[in-house]
Amino acid sequence: MFSRHVALRFTGQFQRFQSTLLIAEHNNETLLPITQNAITAAKKLGGDVTVLVCGTKCGPAAEQLSKAEGLSKILVAESDVFKGFVAENVSALVLETQNKFKFTHIVAGASSFGKSVLPRVAAKLDVSPVSDVIGIKSPDTFVRSIYAGNAIQTLQATDTVKVLSVRGTSFEQAKLEAGSATIEKITSDSCNTQLTTFISQELSKSDRPELTSAKVVVSGGRGLKSGDNFKLLYDLADKLNAAVGASRAAVDAGYVPNDLQVGQTGKIVAPELYIAVGISGAIQHLAGMKDSKTIVAINKDPEAPIFQVADYGLVADLFKAVPEMTSKL
Amino acid sequence: MARVLVGVKRVIDYAVKIRVKPDKTGVVTDGVKHSMNPFDEIAVEEAVRMKEKKIASEIIAVSCGPAQSQEVLRTALAMGVDKGIHVEISGPEYETLQPIHVSKILAKLAEQEKADMVIVGKQAIDDDCNQTAQMIAGCLDWPQATFASKIEKGDKEITVTREVDGGLEVIKCKLPAVISADLRLNEPRYATLPNIMKAKKKPIQKLTPKDLGVDTTPRIKIVSVEDPPTRQAGQIVPDVDTLISKLKEKGHI
Repeated sequence: MFSRHVALRFTGQFQRFQSTLLIAEHNNETLLPITQNAITAAKKLGGDVTVLVCGTKCGPAAEQLSKAEGLSKILVAESDVFKGFVAENVSALVLETQNKFKFTHIVAGASSFGKSVLPRVAAKLDVSPVSDVIGIKSPDTFVRSIYAGNAIQTLQATDTVKVLSVRGTSFEQAKLEAGSATIEKITSDSCNTQLTTFISQELSKSDRPELTSAKVVVSGGRGLKSGDNFKLLYDLADKLNAAVGASRAAVDAGYVPNDLQVGQTGKIVAPELYIAVGISGAIQHLAGMKDSKTIVAINKDPEAPIFQVADYGLVADLFKAVPEMTSKL
Repeated sequence: MARVLVGVKRVIDYAVKIRVKPDKTGVVTDGVKHSMNPFDEIAVEEAVRMKEKKIASEIIAVSCGPAQSQEVLRTALAMGVDKGIHVEISGPEYETLQPIHVSKILAKLAEQEKADMVIVGKQAIDDDCNQTAQMIAGCLDWPQATFASKIEKGDKEITVTREVDGGLEVIKCKLPAVISADLRLNEPRYATLPNIMKAKKKPIQKLTPKDLGVDTTPRIKIVSVEDPPTRQAGQIVPDVDTLISKLKEKGHI
């Protein structure tokens, strides 16, 4: 009993020396929700959390972040150098900040932004990064999935600085209400590496909720047979206020753009309700959605592997079942 | 013309249903079908197309791993790569080999071979790390073009279309540069039998991490590898009405 108390106190003391740098993700207009998930993960590490915001316009994101509870400070680097958030320049800033403050952990959401920047930072620090963390057991022990989610690996990182990207759907979103973190401006003069220039972007526009944070997702696969038929799913999604996703087969066939792809190499989602329509359920697709709370499969092939993970399966022709469902909702 | 280095990894074939070892130290790899990581096939294909368009002069494929890694190098050679480099790492050292080690090896080789471009897949389908390209670029201080779905080579730079969360973006990177291939970059070719025969005559150089001065000391301890939680068996509903009422019961609609 006594020794357990000592151990607990020791951990408590140890954790006070933890300090985390969290790299915020925003689009110069608003904070991106994955940062709120990352805040929760960063707090689980047990120490102070400092957030770094860089971009051409940081005001809105910094203001939103200042309302998050439990952050020690927000560092803001506003400069044209961060146009397009090019990985080379953002990494240079993260390194500069790290060299100054010596954090024990550097964290970002496992989005395409986080995945681009963090390993570059880790290489410069000569540490091994840990990708797409789904659980934090202690300040040095992390859980992640491997083999498309078919195995769960627990690892202990032995490097002095831990560089982690965290899976958004595995951590709750921190609320942006009661906090009052201070905002501090920092300079970024030396961050223009001139290695890469951002040219342009073409983002898919949609009125629907964002795929990775939607409560309900309706996804279509090869069974939809054409891009036009995806309208059936959009109609159903409108009734459910759902985001629309797709399998790789549907993307490769050109039915929908590839940022809708759910799976091992696309987006990882974990909504309350996932409705898979005309999707067979290859392991690569399951990797992206099998943590959904309730899974519904609509497929005419009773042998489709998707039925093995579905809570409710409907063996039917989607071209009849989906419109029927839409009209009855 | 550019010299291109491509990284290829031997992984458990994507269609295999993996099994976790009973002692929870890893997954069963003995006697299991392996093949080239699908994203690396895309990287090789892109390099070969560059050579066909007379953009690339020589393509060198590198694989780090046990003796069997030579099989994936042979596949790359049969697809049109000119020469292979096998960096042999096996046994317990290979169990804890991570992108940090591989990227240091590839960075060293990129310098030695005077590469203008290093192309690797965006992630390996076994460890799902998605780190190697970024780390090679970091080691070399070269620009990085990750998740590429289109590459256009200019004189001293490349213009790359990247697959990002909300859609696509275009960036311009100075050469030399590191690129990671996304799914939609191209459709890899099949190696034909005559090319497989020809590939047997192409050279594969053997090296060790030590030859390159790269330390492969483990950076992690694997605590355990377990099966993911299994989902409870669901039920088949007879019609749309039942489905809707079940979802209502659960409070989803």
